[in-house]
Amino acid sequence: MAEDELKLLGMWASPFVIRVRMMLEEKGLSYEYIEQDLFNKSELLLKHNPIHKKVPVLIHGDRDICESLVILQYIDEKWSGTGPPVLPVDPYDRAIARFWALYIDDKLLPSFIGFMKAATEEAKAEKIADTQTALELLEGAFQKCSAGKDFFGGDSTGYLDVTLGSHLAWIKTTEIMSGAKLLDETKVPLLVDWAKRFITLDCAKKTLPSVDRVEKYARELQVTRWKVATAN
Amino acid sequence: MGETLKLFGWKVSPYSHRAEVALRLKGVKYEFIHEDLANKSDMLIRYNPILKKIPVLLHGDTPIVESQVIVEYIDEVFDGHPILPKDPYKRAEARFWARFIDEKVRPQVWMSCWTDGETQKSFIAQVKESLAILQGRLEGKKFFGGDSIGLIDIMACSLALWFGVMQEVVGLNLLNEDDYPELCQWGEEYRNAEAVKECLPERELIVGFFAPRKDRIFAKKAPVYD
Repeated sequence: MAEDELKLLGMWASPFVIRVRMMLEEKGLSYEYIEQDLFNKSELLLKHNPIHKKVPVLIHGDRDICESLVILQYIDEKWSGTGPPVLPVDPYDRAIARFWALYIDDKLLPSFIGFMKAATEEAKAEKIADTQTALELLEGAFQKCSAGKDFFGGDSTGYLDVTLGSHLAWIKTTEIMSGAKLLDETKVPLLVDWAKRFITLDCAKKTLPSVDRVEKYARELQVTRWKVATAN
Repeated sequence: MGETLKLFGWKVSPYSHRAEVALRLKGVKYEFIHEDLANKSDMLIRYNPILKKIPVLLHGDTPIVESQVIVEYIDEVFDGHPILPKDPYKRAEARFWARFIDEKVRPQVWMSCWTDGETQKSFIAQVKESLAILQGRLEGKKFFGGDSIGLIDIMACSLALWFGVMQEVVGLNLLNEDDYPELCQWGEEYRNAEAVKECLPERELIVGFFAPRKDRIFAKKAPVYD
């Protein structure tokens, strides 16, 4: 493979993969996308991510970069002169972005996936409440980071936009499956507006799966992997 | 930048140590404000309202939270000892291993100490695998960062002291010189490094936290501060 060729090992439903694809798209970087079957892992995946055996893996020439947030920062630093910046320039703003990205993956994601995995109505309600709380905090984060502009990254999408944006299909699927409002314009109006803007962008249109497809997949996982539902 | 630096921390916490050692490596002056985690101060809650945790670095009026975020901030703002390498790929590698330590090693190490029966056996097996992987990463170097301390060393600090103490308190001997000679050697180099020595807690302080709370921590599977 040529020194500067890019390949991405991914899976269509994974927000971790989707955010990397979004950023590559924003930066105008071309790459070969190779879909992986995570229940039947390929030699390629095991070779390029032997430690975690997970996607995404960015293969750049003969180098492997794993972990989605690590990949985003690599893209930022390697292609700093190309396209919009991934992380803000100011070190304090970078620290804020890094903190909220960790929060999104450590607190928000487990809440709505927790809903999908919940066996009882009580557990489901608790996870929905957790998701709503996390989104309310992210509303505050958006207010601070955007400083009145359209995106977390300001004038253009960045690290936080793709980190949260990559979860939008799953968040909307959770709304449908729970009947609860998560992106509620009365509670998180700034995020609702941001989400409406974000999904019209090319990077989102090209990478976010449809809610129908995610719902079908989630229901399959509920039966086969998470064992909280039976097949119809 | 002439602004003051304050670090809200707790000497028993390896997360707090990470932030301190980064400041010491850069040779910058800071005020350490000791937090009683059973009785969190108004200032801590004000500066970290979301998570209410230490460490919090206050640079002038601006708070930075989460230990790895703090360490990277310190590296970006202050000259001197480089904590992350310059090359983007090497930086990605360092960050990858930092996540491996925080997402795999630390939870596995913790749970291996505070569970029993088959659950504990499973965590012990995971710890052994992770420690072997991490030891392999040293590749005969003095530190994960090469000749000097880098991000991975700082993130792995609990393996240099805290894990040893915890395992003693609970009666385990996973991290030992026979099984992990290079990792133990690294631990000794780390503990003896100038910047580390200045902010490493005494073993007795850590024992003094864990020993009297053993049963409650075992029940909760999480630290208990009162």
